[in-house]
Amino acid sequence: MSSMSEEGKPVRRPRTPRETQELVERSLRRRYGAERRFRAYGLCAVILGIAFVAFLFATILAQGVSVFRQAYVQLDVFYDPEVIDPSGTRREDDLRLADYEALVRTALRAEFPGIEGRRDVRQLTRLVSSGAAHELQRRVLANPGLVGQRERVWLLASADVDLLLKGEIARDEIGEEGRLSEEQLAWIDTLRERGRLELRFNRTFFVNGDSREPEQAGVRGAVMGSFFTLLLTLILSFPIGVAAAVYLEEFAPRNRWTDLIEVNINNLAAVPSIVFGLLGLAVFIGFFGLPRSAPLVGALVLTLLTLPTIIIAARAALKAVPPSIRDAALAMGASPIQTVVHHVLPLAMPGILTGTIIGMARALGETAPLLMIGMVAFIVDVPSGFTDPATALPVQIFLWSDSPERGFVERTSGAIIVLLAFLIVMNTAAVLLRRRFERRW
Amino acid sequence: MTPAALLVALVALSFVAYLTGRARSLAVVGGSRRIHDLHSLPAHYGMLTALSCALPALAVLGLWLAFQDSIIAGLVAAQLPERLRNLPPELLGLVMNDVRNVVAGSVPAESAEPEIRAAAAEYVRLQGIGRAMLTAIVLAVGIAGLLVARSRISPQLRARNAVERIVQGLLIACSLVAVLTTIGIILSVLFEAMRFFARVPWYEFLFGLTWSPQTAIRADQVGASGAFGAVPLFVGTGLIAAIAMLVAVPVGLFSAVYLAEYAHPRFRAWAKPVLEVLAGVPTVVYGFFAAITVGPFLRTWGEAIGLDVSSESALAAGLVMGVMIIPFVSSLADDMITAVPQSLRDGAYALGATKSEAIRQVVLPAALPGIVGGILLAISRAIGETMIVVMAAGLAANLTLNPFEAVTTVTVQIVTLLVGDQEFDSPKTLAAFALGLVLFVTTLALNVLALHIVRKYREQYE
Repeated sequence: MSSMSEEGKPVRRPRTPRETQELVERSLRRRYGAERRFRAYGLCAVILGIAFVAFLFATILAQGVSVFRQAYVQLDVFYDPEVIDPSGTRREDDLRLADYEALVRTALRAEFPGIEGRRDVRQLTRLVSSGAAHELQRRVLANPGLVGQRERVWLLASADVDLLLKGEIARDEIGEEGRLSEEQLAWIDTLRERGRLELRFNRTFFVNGDSREPEQAGVRGAVMGSFFTLLLTLILSFPIGVAAAVYLEEFAPRNRWTDLIEVNINNLAAVPSIVFGLLGLAVFIGFFGLPRSAPLVGALVLTLLTLPTIIIAARAALKAVPPSIRDAALAMGASPIQTVVHHVLPLAMPGILTGTIIGMARALGETAPLLMIGMVAFIVDVPSGFTDPATALPVQIFLWSDSPERGFVERTSGAIIVLLAFLIVMNTAAVLLRRRFERRW
Repeated sequence: MTPAALLVALVALSFVAYLTGRARSLAVVGGSRRIHDLHSLPAHYGMLTALSCALPALAVLGLWLAFQDSIIAGLVAAQLPERLRNLPPELLGLVMNDVRNVVAGSVPAESAEPEIRAAAAEYVRLQGIGRAMLTAIVLAVGIAGLLVARSRISPQLRARNAVERIVQGLLIACSLVAVLTTIGIILSVLFEAMRFFARVPWYEFLFGLTWSPQTAIRADQVGASGAFGAVPLFVGTGLIAAIAMLVAVPVGLFSAVYLAEYAHPRFRAWAKPVLEVLAGVPTVVYGFFAAITVGPFLRTWGEAIGLDVSSESALAAGLVMGVMIIPFVSSLADDMITAVPQSLRDGAYALGATKSEAIRQVVLPAALPGIVGGILLAISRAIGETMIVVMAAGLAANLTLNPFEAVTTVTVQIVTLLVGDQEFDSPKTLAAFALGLVLFVTTLALNVLALHIVRKYREQYE
């Protein structure tokens, strides 16, 4: 203790007890001060860390929570047979090709009877998203009896109207390229007064695939892509991981080879994920010729990526099963495999499952390797199988965050909220599983 | 049958095999009353039959699917008309891509050239033949395995031993997947990197000072060769990692010390998981946070005090990356601190040390090797981190140590070189693999060193 040795330097005359007392008290005051400061630094560090968590979540929530509501315009649409089906065949192909935008245009003009002139009409139709026509088409195809009927429907408003209603763009930003003009603002106000324009629950965000238009973009395609990828990852990595852990923990002799495998697994756990992406690109796509952008390849790469996590967790769980269980089974005449399958594995299963869920959660958030194998394409269709072109939720976040349109900032945060919700559910499941089944031997 | 349907059929077949084997084993000894004459349980005979039905068939299926596409593509390419067949390999690759697109239906057949359309038809025909052959072969192999195993069932057959040997073999195969992965990584990265170094000398790559991989399409254009000096990338990576460590090491260490030594158990019980949330947040979220919130914030703040901060500064990426690494440092340091025996602390207290003196002069030095190992692991993670830097650091390969400027990193360049349209052979894409090799070797060296230190340290107190 350097401070004490300094104080203990030889002095010329012996100190009086009082002086010594003072000296000690002074040094104690200093040392206690240092103690308090040190402790305060520690507390500050912890609070700083927790503040980061709070700030991160608060920012994302504040930016993204508005995505759950979306501006819709209510219009009286007349499904004019002259427009939809002039030949009167009512055949699906004819109905599909009809000009639904004309219906939207007519309905809007009926709402504002005084508007004439190409420019004004075009400005008026810009208030409604181009997705509105698709919605009408979908309705007619689902129910051809609508033709010739009148219906009051809520249709998607355009991204600019949406942003204005949410206060994301100010009213004085008008006139800028692509923003709202004076006339449009007046119409918006009229529509709002009539109760024809409001923020409603944003169903589009959950049922649509990706889109170039922010108001029509949804996470369904990405969620399904992630789902297929993770499902296959689980199917592949769980059995392989458990089998490897069982071998290494229960059967492997201690020698150079098993040592090598162990070191290998520990190192793989720390290899940057992008390197796994390079492997996937060179081997699965380049060498085996598997399709690009497919959940199949994504799952293969993520399997290799999560295997070390699962193996390490499964080994820890197997190690926690006391040897007496094994000895008892072997003494009753069970074979080594029977011992493991009938007794050790079931007891270790909660721990293994916890590790697997955590591995899957990591795989769900993984982005970089998926970029390498081409799961970054712009894909509108919702994938329906393991070989369809797909993207994944984190990749969708990356793609949207790169888009210049302002509406996509909110979409990105919304997608992050969805991703974090999935992760929270998975991690909570892991924690509950551990609490419920954890055994102390 | 589609491969998926074939897989289901195979599962069903092996179930049938299981039942057959079990019934057969009872039949050879003449019913369940003579079951004691059997060497193993009937279920073991069933398992053996099922395994010998399923395993060879699965192996055939796997191998076939792995190579079917390249074989069919080769056959189709060989049948292309003379004009197309004699194209240079890169262009031939493009033609084959067109054929594949037509087959997949992503390009309407009407819009393709007649040769391509013919090739696509041929492709589909071969695929159909291949699928039929595959179905026939796999099912034949499965049934043959079933029959062979069934015919070998006798009371003397040691079915249990055989099953256990096979199962153990499967377990070994599974544990070898990790080794195969490593070999795969090394081979794929090394192989492509070698091809890159055949065109660009390695010393130019490692020590060159300019990085501009945009090779021109035509050879006579200006700057057609591109420059592949990776030093700016290494410096950028190091700069961002250093900023990250400047954030993560103090905060991580101090919070580990506080949580391990001072905190009330109840506080620790909720603060530690909350800190670990930072490790569970996907990196793409951090990237978005860095690009949308931290970057612009630093820029306006820098303007306010008269600093010119680029909106894609190394500082923003480094700070956010540091936050991401905090729990990594803190939980490793926490483990190391709690592993220091209580007797060392007691000794320090007995000499009159205050708590912080005991920590600083006894506990931390004792835990130092472990903490250093943890920090090395954290550095390797910072170097390999991709999404934060892709989204928040720039693409400009500036050779600078100024944290307010935009820099680029190894991982950013790998992503930009490989995402999007690419030919597999250009120096541009091969350069990504060379960068990957550098990244892999660096992180591997750091990991091996760190794990070695941590392991040594653990042994010391166990």
